[in-house]
Amino acid sequence: MNQAHFDALIEADERIEPDDWMPDDYRNALVRQIAQHAHSEIIGMQPEGEWITRAPSLRRKAILTAKVQDEAGHGLYLYGAAESLGTPRSELLDRLHTKTQKYSSIFNYPTPEWADIGAIGWLVDGAAIMNQVPLCRCSYGPYGRAMVRICKEESFHQRQGYQIMLSLSQGTPEQQAMAQRALDRWWWPSIMMFGPPDSDSPNTGRSMAWGIKRFTNDELRQNFVDATVPQAELLGLTPPDNALVWNAERGHYDFGEPDWDEFARMVRGEGEIPDVRIGVRRAAHDEGDWVRKAAAAYAGKRDARSAA
Amino acid sequence: MSTVFPQWEVFVRARRGLDHQHAGSVHAPDGETALRAARDLFTRRQEGVSLWVVPSNEIVASDPADVGALFEPAADKAYRFPTSYELPPEVDHM
Amino acid sequence: MTADLLTHVLRQGDRALVLSHRLAQWITHAPTLEEDVALANISLDLLGQARHLFTYAGEIEGKGHDEDHFAYWRDAAEFRNPLLVEQPNGDFAVTIARQVFHDQAALLYWESMTESTDATLAALAARARNETAFHLQHSAGWLIRLGDGTDESQRRAQAGVDAMWPFTLELLGADDEGALRADGLIGGSIETAWRAAVAGTLLEAGLRTPTEAHQRAGGIHGTHSEHLEPLLEEMQQLARAHPGASW
Repeated sequence: MNQAHFDALIEADERIEPDDWMPDDYRNALVRQIAQHAHSEIIGMQPEGEWITRAPSLRRKAILTAKVQDEAGHGLYLYGAAESLGTPRSELLDRLHTKTQKYSSIFNYPTPEWADIGAIGWLVDGAAIMNQVPLCRCSYGPYGRAMVRICKEESFHQRQGYQIMLSLSQGTPEQQAMAQRALDRWWWPSIMMFGPPDSDSPNTGRSMAWGIKRFTNDELRQNFVDATVPQAELLGLTPPDNALVWNAERGHYDFGEPDWDEFARMVRGEGEIPDVRIGVRRAAHDEGDWVRKAAAAYAGKRDARSAA
Repeated sequence: MSTVFPQWEVFVRARRGLDHQHAGSVHAPDGETALRAARDLFTRRQEGVSLWVVPSNEIVASDPADVGALFEPAADKAYRFPTSYELPPEVDHM
Repeated sequence: MTADLLTHVLRQGDRALVLSHRLAQWITHAPTLEEDVALANISLDLLGQARHLFTYAGEIEGKGHDEDHFAYWRDAAEFRNPLLVEQPNGDFAVTIARQVFHDQAALLYWESMTESTDATLAALAARARNETAFHLQHSAGWLIRLGDGTDESQRRAQAGVDAMWPFTLELLGADDEGALRADGLIGGSIETAWRAAVAGTLLEAGLRTPTEAHQRAGGIHGTHSEHLEPLLEEMQQLARAHPGASW
């Protein structure tokens, strides 16, 4: 009965809402996906946040602050959506802090130069938006609604990143070289943000059937390459892929095979950066403990006073 | 033992003359702090002119299992709608 | 020495910029995610005020300098911010105490500036006053929660208040701006109103108003603590590595 009702809603492309009965697997898959998405927003604040104090103009400083602030906000929207499935935010944060839940490994790449801030906006946010727009129609209502809000706010993130790249590529020779280095660093990681190839993505079929996912990894990856190559050309920059060529017959760009071994290493969290990221996050949480205790104690006292 | 703040549902009035609409939720130790957090989170782009925050656990919600009993009886009462009254063309704007 | 309008505007712009920078350093380190958003918001408001003030400084100066010139191409000795805002963040209580003292002074300042005979500053004041009123709600709200929270938070809040108190007198007005005041460009003293308001907040928070300890000043004349130089070095490094570049 419950299952049949759920299946009928999914079949009719209706939305599932928090109080509805849903299969455990659906609930668990969603909690995992939404939490990982939320964690990615929160951890993703770090590589960019490091540049707020060093941004080369006041305008860029303001833009970057607003962007990193949006990311905190997006994390909060997403934790809210995940919580509606019955797992409190505190528990989700514990899972992040103890590395039992992952965040996107794209944030484990370093940002040694200012141009990386441009490349992240242009490529990483570009790839993220491509992943996220279909999620606005996710079968789970609160996730879809959070994504609508996020996509609306995030449209400036990619544009500001591209504008940074544009300024650099029209700037001094050093700035141009910096822009090319950033593209070299971020091209392949961005391509890999869409996840493993469909042939190696065991959960895709199920997620598509449930309306959690709307396009396959490879479909989205192709869209991304097709959209991005002309943007790189306009910048006068060259993606680091010798196999990249327009295929008139397919009406798409052909491109090379990413280094999936590197992808696997990044997903496993190898290298020093994951410990740094989680370390910063945990320290903030632990050092904030006395503040949260104080606020809770004050609220308790005030409730007691108003009850008396 | 970590401190967990209660959850608050946030409602935003986008413009004067419109109802408050549910926007999402925040965690905060008390109502005042919840209002400030809601302001920062949901009205950064001039989305609102008024805010409500309500403790999430104070919301009384209908049970999805009751959907038939609660909402289906309204389905066969076409006479509540103006379209179910056919009138001569001369007065059909009524 | 009599301060001119340019000096006054730079004092305000530098105050806003340096405090904005300090608050931005909290982002990703705040006690809650909501607070990351809140501190970023205040930082952005202050940055916006600084940009307006620097742009105006460029107009007054008349040498074609833009906002970035004043932020990136002056050394510490040319900065005119009060010492308070360059003090390191410390723990959350230090930051909040610094913020309460600052926000209360800034609110009174901007309120008085809405009456300025300088149309640019009066217009800026009308907006900055609203922004600052919210900042003060935020900081005073936190100081009251910390002061009246747990034993630990009260101890830390008092320590924060005591540590920041010696920097407060400099916030309450410069001794060399009499001519500007006489011309109606800036308002009267905010000291009495500031003392009353801050005493009220401290009382509600259950914290002691520190006794008049040794006050430190000099920032508004360009004599800074050891903390400003490293802050500026980090902020200016990239811009200065590429003279003439646009970003």
